Amino acid sequence: MTTITEAPRAQFRLSMLLYDTRYRSGTIQIIALFGFVLMAGWLISNTMNNLAALGKPIDFGFFAEPASYDINQRLLDYNSRDTHLRAAFIGLLNTLVVAVLGCITATVLGVLIGVLRLSKNWLVARLMTIYVELFRNVPVLLWIVFTMAILIESLPQPRDFIGDAPTAFMGLFNSIAATNQGTWLPEVLFSRSLGNLHLFGEARLRFDVSLDLVAILVALGIGIFGARIVSRRAERIQSETGVRPKTGIINFLIIALPVLVVLVALGFYLDGPHLTTRKLKPIEGGTLIRNSLIALWLALSLYTAAFIAEIVRAGIMAISHGQTEAAAALGIRPGRIMRLVILPQALRVIIPPLISNYLNLTKNSSLAIAVGYMDITGTLGGITLNQTGRELECILLLMLVYLSISLSISAVMNWYNESVKLRER
Amino acid sequence: MKKSVYFGVLTVASLAAGAAAAGTLDDVKARGKLNCGVTTGLVGFAAPDANGVWEGFDVALCRAVAAAVLGDGNSVEFVPTTGKTRFTALASGEIDMLARNTTWTFSRDVDLKFEFVGVNYYDGQGFMVPKELGVTSAKDLDGATVCIQTGTTTELNLADFFRANNISYEPVPIETNAEAQQQYLAGACDVYTTDASGLAATRATFEKPGDHILLPEIISKEPLAPLVRHGDSEWADVVRWTLNALISAEEYGITKANAEEMSKGSDNPEINRILGSEGTLGEMLGLDNAWAKRAIMVGGNYGEIFDANIGESTPIALSRGLNAQWTKGGLLYSPPFR
Repeated sequence: MTTITEAPRAQFRLSMLLYDTRYRSGTIQIIALFGFVLMAGWLISNTMNNLAALGKPIDFGFFAEPASYDINQRLLDYNSRDTHLRAAFIGLLNTLVVAVLGCITATVLGVLIGVLRLSKNWLVARLMTIYVELFRNVPVLLWIVFTMAILIESLPQPRDFIGDAPTAFMGLFNSIAATNQGTWLPEVLFSRSLGNLHLFGEARLRFDVSLDLVAILVALGIGIFGARIVSRRAERIQSETGVRPKTGIINFLIIALPVLVVLVALGFYLDGPHLTTRKLKPIEGGTLIRNSLIALWLALSLYTAAFIAEIVRAGIMAISHGQTEAAAALGIRPGRIMRLVILPQALRVIIPPLISNYLNLTKNSSLAIAVGYMDITGTLGGITLNQTGRELECILLLMLVYLSISLSISAVMNWYNESVKLRER
Repeated sequence: MKKSVYFGVLTVASLAAGAAAAGTLDDVKARGKLNCGVTTGLVGFAAPDANGVWEGFDVALCRAVAAAVLGDGNSVEFVPTTGKTRFTALASGEIDMLARNTTWTFSRDVDLKFEFVGVNYYDGQGFMVPKELGVTSAKDLDGATVCIQTGTTTELNLADFFRANNISYEPVPIETNAEAQQQYLAGACDVYTTDASGLAATRATFEKPGDHILLPEIISKEPLAPLVRHGDSEWADVVRWTLNALISAEEYGITKANAEEMSKGSDNPEINRILGSEGTLGEMLGLDNAWAKRAIMVGGNYGEIFDANIGESTPIALSRGLNAQWTKGGLLYSPPFR
């Protein structure tokens, strides 16, 4: 008589893929992946087939064709004979300009409003609450259009500045003219300019670098480097003796002096906008910032600031009240408690959601066409798309551009987040 | 292997779907409604009236096609499109035809894969400026800020014109006619440029039309034409010959009022063929023989449509000019119905 002592050997059968819990989840995942790949493949092949049937296979050759349209607000030299590629690049720069300006303004405003919303002053706190609720509960497109409408309807026309009885006047010692076409600011000029460096000659990719700007940046870099040496020395002395030598004025001079010297050497001067007697283009000279840029920048900043304010408030409230009390017990004044004790700790909570708000602002800037600001959506995804009829190519590229911008912002902000993280010893 | 078979099946399926979509005429008949792309609102050409009913010169063509195909001029779904969205709307099949003062150009016809069925308005690009600027010629516009509708041929003409004359300007791109009007009236741009007919139509809606002048220069040829997708010639024929029927009707004196009576037969065989009492032209198009009669009876012949919407008796007050019949010194010339 024998007894079966050994366990039955698990023989692998196909049905076990479904009924055996050891394999089931793997099976489902593989089927799902297969289905997904199939779906994506079907979409792509369908698109390709339909485009081929329409006689419009994917082709990026149109980028080398002349764009034939003009762009008003631009950072680089551009005319209507330039290529679609250059027009797209001009648009990309415009997107970056409004994104960078917007992120900076939104952060400054947002931090200020977030802190003030926690103010003990009843009126200030309530006003900030109203601001936040007003801005974050109305779609940003409406704010953009509304801001533009206010600028257009409330500011004077350029031709109101001239004539026998002008009804509008330039502000700030005749240096700023705010009109409903845009705001003219003084232009930065150099009487002993070093000229421009022409990269790539006259080709499509021509890119002029102002040597004046390079000189100023170099001077600024030297100044900042010097200031850091001074600060390191101050830190060393502080750790040795406990007394930190005063560095504020020295650092300021070290940074400011080289820049000042370069500016004087280059013959820096400002040339304000001038009035003429012509009815068309009555204001000439100076730098014109068009209302489309101002409206977009203001609206995006104000809108995003409302979200940032809430993030800042949440960050501050996440820090235990004990920290404030402990700092107060050490005799630190309220303003410095916020600046030296609370905010540095709150930053760790604030930065991750702040990143998504920067991304939102950048992506929302694609609403620029509502006010006629020629960003990348307006050039590549607007006029170029429309004139060449290459919808798929333009949109795919546009998505790629926004993806790259967003990932770059994320990378930079994550690096910053890493640097302010709590270091545990 | 299995996968590739599957892909093959899907490819065939998608191609079959593509082939089915090519029969726009059948689609329209099955749907019982014509999807017609028009502007977002340009008085005289296409704009909803106080009751929300679309009317205008372009709208009348949509209604005529609907009447020819479906028997009822009201079986139209009007799809407002901007200069930017119109071609995508047509290419994607969202609309069956586009009647939206669209300029017939080589690249749109050939490269964008559309088929223009004939010119329904011969236009040209003009400039409107406020009188107080004291400008009398487009060549005096140096330094002007110019409002343009983005995604149009006017945008390109403008760049070419200023470049050729070596004068500077600042373009202000705008999405719709209404926004352009707002910016122009507020003085945010000195000049508004678009097709001369559009300028006249826009000026007519101003509070003080007399304060604005149209400059004499017409800087481009803008043959405005209705269009359909490339590759569906049957449908293109229907739209083309509906337009031709309206033009021929004016030439032969067929009007909204007398079409019914004339369709009983007349001495002129051409009229008989148009109105269907002779020959089988309608059947050749895939319609019935009364198609043209119905099209004419919706809004009248070309001349009646013109007069009712944009003619000299309307606030827009456009004269026939190039758009008169060839017999009267204009360019309208329909191929014969035979």
